[in-house]
Amino acid sequence: MLRIKRPGFYVCVQDYGRTDFRHYGVPRSGVADRLAAARVNSLLENPETDAMLEIVMQGPELEFEVPSHIVISGGWMEAWLGDEALEMDRVYAVPKGAVLQCGRVRSGFRAYLGVKGGIRTKPVMGSRSQFFPVTPAGKLVAGDALPIEPSEAFEPKLLKLSPLELYREVTLDVAPGPEFELLDEPARDALFNTVFTLAKEHDRMACQLQETLPPHTHRMITSATLPGTVQLTPAGKLILLMPDGQTTGGYPRMLQLSARAQSILAQKKFGDRVRFREDSF
Amino acid sequence: MKPVPFHLKPFGNRAVLLEWPAEVREEILFDLLGFADFLKFGDFPESEWEFIPIYHSLTLIRKAGDLHYAETHKALEAAYTRYPGPTDTVGQHWELPVHYDPEFGPDLETAAQAAGMDVDGLIRAHTAQAYRVYGIGFLPGFLYLGGVPELLQIPRKATPRLRVPKGSVGLAAQQTGIYPQESPGGWNLIGNCPIPLFNPGQSPPCFISLGDTVGFRSVSRSEFDLHRIEGEVGVYDFKKKYGNAKD
Repeated sequence: MLRIKRPGFYVCVQDYGRTDFRHYGVPRSGVADRLAAARVNSLLENPETDAMLEIVMQGPELEFEVPSHIVISGGWMEAWLGDEALEMDRVYAVPKGAVLQCGRVRSGFRAYLGVKGGIRTKPVMGSRSQFFPVTPAGKLVAGDALPIEPSEAFEPKLLKLSPLELYREVTLDVAPGPEFELLDEPARDALFNTVFTLAKEHDRMACQLQETLPPHTHRMITSATLPGTVQLTPAGKLILLMPDGQTTGGYPRMLQLSARAQSILAQKKFGDRVRFREDSF
Repeated sequence: MKPVPFHLKPFGNRAVLLEWPAEVREEILFDLLGFADFLKFGDFPESEWEFIPIYHSLTLIRKAGDLHYAETHKALEAAYTRYPGPTDTVGQHWELPVHYDPEFGPDLETAAQAAGMDVDGLIRAHTAQAYRVYGIGFLPGFLYLGGVPELLQIPRKATPRLRVPKGSVGLAAQQTGIYPQESPGGWNLIGNCPIPLFNPGQSPPCFISLGDTVGFRSVSRSEFDLHRIEGEVGVYDFKKKYGNAKD
């Protein structure tokens, strides 16, 4: 078991999320930064869909009741195993009974902590990703114990990767969304030439931007939305949907973020800057 | 050749959007639901694709890897020319119990006033109608219901509530529906339905499907309490008790 002694600001179990249930209103969920998650599972030689911890802003304190191997990636998070300060994107052996102290996510917004063999909580509707009300809770609390496999003999093929530092990037590659044609020239100019600032409203469901576009009166019939869809409200606010975002919506869908842009966005926090670049991917 | 009634649009690099004419109409809903089923058993199996049908659109999402838009476009149009059209089975009817009461529906009286009737009149009008399920989305188990009579089309509240209890039944403009979980919301609350609409432990997690119809039946507080327990333990029986079965 991996025991949560102190949860930090926000920590939850995520894998690659749920498919097959979006038409019941169930969001995909899953890790917000797939590039970071892929690095964790690659170094641990886990299947890419194995579940790990997604840690926001301030990390947890964790006790390993079995020996394990771990990797942290994504945002740059302070972490100590006893006296040793850990590096990102590097495999560490953790002895039985060890306590991992995580501190602040100093660069970026989300850190990913994986263990050899993945976190083995019970899948619900085909995924271990926490999302209330599909799973009984949306995040972990002190005292939670997560099943993990003991790992002692593991000899990683690759001990470390040079950090990706995705959080340094500000350009989000986008394709036009289904209602992009509704935007007039000035609105398109504003969309592609403004440096936007992330607003406070920012979680696993959606992320809002502070700067607005001109208000509009376009109406549409509710239709599907995806993680990475950029909606424009009648007041001109831009809403970027995240992995737990609603599956359908009634605001025009102006842009769709590339997969890489979704990972970059996952590492942005309140006050960070982003801009959009039209790209055919 | 049969004309293709939908426009195709790319939706990022993994999804494609099919849009029928922008109208809320049963014929359009049935045509796209039938086409979705036709695709699932043909060239677009559910092992590779997710389908989100709602109102006048059908979104296909590729589960792994990017899609080739031009090829997908061609394949979908070609499939439609082979599609024989929707089948005659038009969905089940579900009757849901609702306790219309100011305790559960704090806007019951103001909603009745806004609709120009008394509370009993509003309950009669709301329960007289069968509402078509045009989509499930927004929240897990949230039904988009069509067919609200004009008389009951009252504006949503100016200020949304931060906390709307699970099961609340609301009215807002052309929509009526049930909040499947506690959430914020701006609809006028007129009652509560004790039957859970979403259960992650069941397959499928929603017993109501797109294309079905939903009706509401006014129940007393004691019936509400009984149905809540039946709903929680999963023994509330629509078909036998209330004649919902079409067979």
